[in-house]
Amino acid sequence: MKIPFIYNVRSMLNRPATTLATAIGIALVVVTFVGMLALANGFRSAMISTGSPDNVLILREGADAEISSGIDRETAQILAAFPDFTYSTADVFVVLSKPRLNGSETNMPVRGVGPDAPRVREEFRIVEGRMFEPGRAEVVVGRGLVGRMQNVEIGDKLRFGQQDFTVVGHFEAGGGAFESEVWGDAETLMPVFRGPVYQSMTLKLADPASFETAKARIEGDPRLQVQVKRESEFYAEQSEMLSNILRFIAIFVTSIMSVGAVFGAINTMDAMVASRGREIALLQTLGFRPGSVLSSFMIEAILLALVGGVLGCLLSLPINGIRTSTTNWQTFGEMTFAFRITPQILLLGLGFAVLMGIVGGFLPARRASRQVAAVGLRRE
Amino acid sequence: MTRATLVGANLRRRLRRTILTILGLGVALFLFVTLQTVLRALQTAGEVGSESRLIVGSKLGIVFPLPLAYASRIQSVDGVQQISYSSWFGGVYQDPRNFFANFAVDPESYLSLYPELVVSPEHREAFLADRTGALVGVRLMERFGWQVGQTVTLQGTIYPGEHRFTIRGVYEAGRRGFDEGTFLFHHRYLEEIARAQGAEEGFVGWYVVGLTDPQLAPQVASTIDSFYENSAAPTRSQTERAFNLSFVGLYGNIGFFLNAIGTAVVFAILLVAANTMAMSARERFNEIAVLKSLGFTDGSVAGMVVTEALVIALLGLLVGLGGAMWVFNVMGFDAGGFLPGIRVRPETMALSGIIAILIGLVSGLIPAIQSARLRVVDALRYVA
Repeated sequence: MKIPFIYNVRSMLNRPATTLATAIGIALVVVTFVGMLALANGFRSAMISTGSPDNVLILREGADAEISSGIDRETAQILAAFPDFTYSTADVFVVLSKPRLNGSETNMPVRGVGPDAPRVREEFRIVEGRMFEPGRAEVVVGRGLVGRMQNVEIGDKLRFGQQDFTVVGHFEAGGGAFESEVWGDAETLMPVFRGPVYQSMTLKLADPASFETAKARIEGDPRLQVQVKRESEFYAEQSEMLSNILRFIAIFVTSIMSVGAVFGAINTMDAMVASRGREIALLQTLGFRPGSVLSSFMIEAILLALVGGVLGCLLSLPINGIRTSTTNWQTFGEMTFAFRITPQILLLGLGFAVLMGIVGGFLPARRASRQVAAVGLRRE
Repeated sequence: MTRATLVGANLRRRLRRTILTILGLGVALFLFVTLQTVLRALQTAGEVGSESRLIVGSKLGIVFPLPLAYASRIQSVDGVQQISYSSWFGGVYQDPRNFFANFAVDPESYLSLYPELVVSPEHREAFLADRTGALVGVRLMERFGWQVGQTVTLQGTIYPGEHRFTIRGVYEAGRRGFDEGTFLFHHRYLEEIARAQGAEEGFVGWYVVGLTDPQLAPQVASTIDSFYENSAAPTRSQTERAFNLSFVGLYGNIGFFLNAIGTAVVFAILLVAANTMAMSARERFNEIAVLKSLGFTDGSVAGMVVTEALVIALLGLLVGLGGAMWVFNVMGFDAGGFLPGIRVRPETMALSGIIAILIGLVSGLIPAIQSARLRVVDALRYVA
């Protein structure tokens, strides 16, 4: 026969302070867990949403990032003429040391793009002001930089090399890494930076399914010394190292914390079992089997953990969407992104809490179930 | 029977709970100390940099090189003792995941500007004599199991193709915290590579300037920068320490996160510990009442409860801080070279000690007050 569920609920409500303290302990572990996974997830999804699978990214052979790549004009012209593509943009890309609002310096990525860039990167959208005009010393600034860097408001001037560029607009790009960049006209920026060479080229496939054909054609062309990647895959690869590090920290920190929380849960349940010796004995005398006692105490522990888990999830929700920044070590440029909590992460947090309840509740519950009724009744 | 034995007896009363509480506090303090230690290691990475060396790089940003022709003019500035230069190579060994710093240097001037690079005279000679030779940090040697005399091939990311180097020497750090994971080779070889590929020649990534007197740093820096202010390649000169610190700044908000997590951890352990202490005190209200009827004063009973909590907290500190010190200061864990010179610093030890004492006091306080206020008649009737 099973011990009714309401018994567990009542016994938790009987000791509100103890129940709450244990639940909050578990909740804090869950907050940390959810928060750190949201951080890793936010970074990853910002990077992944940067590239489109319909685009092909070209870098010089051997280069592992845009800053170490170089593509000459001739190569860019040959590629733009390929029949596999509709639109293309050959980009100049540099990172420049610029002051944050708080005065410290950071590396700001600056990209010179071709006239068709907004058609290649379809998420690109001016949200304020207007687009720069080709041939003029004008730039547009990604939304991620606004409010973090100096001189990025519309009308401000940014100095690159020996020349001032006027900020004429702010843009969005689907939440991706482009939003942490400044965009201007490639032909205007090229002489200011590294001379007549592009860093990368991005081409839109006429038929998204024909990536392999296009790749084979480019790699088979003896005039071209380049590597061909899907744009989305390139950015996913770039994010791999940092998101792995973030996930590793998340797991390392929370697993240590959870050990502490499990010890706490064991203590709480242990004390409950100890102080309820008579109650348990009474249950046994009434005919409840040891198995029922065991499962009843396990249910109570899981319930306790679940309360902590739900509390933790609720407490962590406000961090969703908070923007933060880190250095993308592949480009050395600063990149901003937002914490992203997903239903899966919340479920993981809850599951993690339940696990702590199970681990922490098992030993005390077993002890309760093995208690001899006569001894229990004789206790004070 | 002294009070200490009473406290001891109480701790042993529910030995399992006491041990679990101590371990719980221990792991939490271990985590706290670890986070603080990582944070400090990041913050103080700059301390490794010298105040008597300037780094002269491009004002535009790290990817822009400077003309090699600047060398003689910088050398002539008052207060400059010696000058060297290096360039980032960005080579990859086998897999891009095997990241390590590798750059080209002007060997002789670089070695004399960096006394931290401790090399035996034979290795030094061998390295200087071989145009394609490399000088490798001892930790990097261990990481890949390299031997002196071995040829290693780096895949170029900036300079395409496969580039072969012969390891001619190993250096050790002459100062704690100095990186032992760097791969250095001749700048002359880099220029050959660049020439073979038709890349622009005669450029360096950055200059290292040795000063006759560290006090001259601001003056020398502004003199150098004023030379090139309006040129196509303006410079930014700063002390090596400031330069290193600017890299630390690139970690962005990581420090904030580590602090936030540390605070959450401290709160969590405080709750768990306070909860446990309150539970044990509640269970013992009968005994406390007996003690009181035997003549123990309210104060001495409360004192005993607080002492018990403090003992638990300090044992937890012993486990957590001791464990962290064992891992970082004795075992020398450095996260695969990611955090060279990481160790638990005295400030962190002191901070964790203060936290442990606070946890002991706070978690003992409520049950202590309850015990002190307890009326003997009520308590003897009380069922926990």
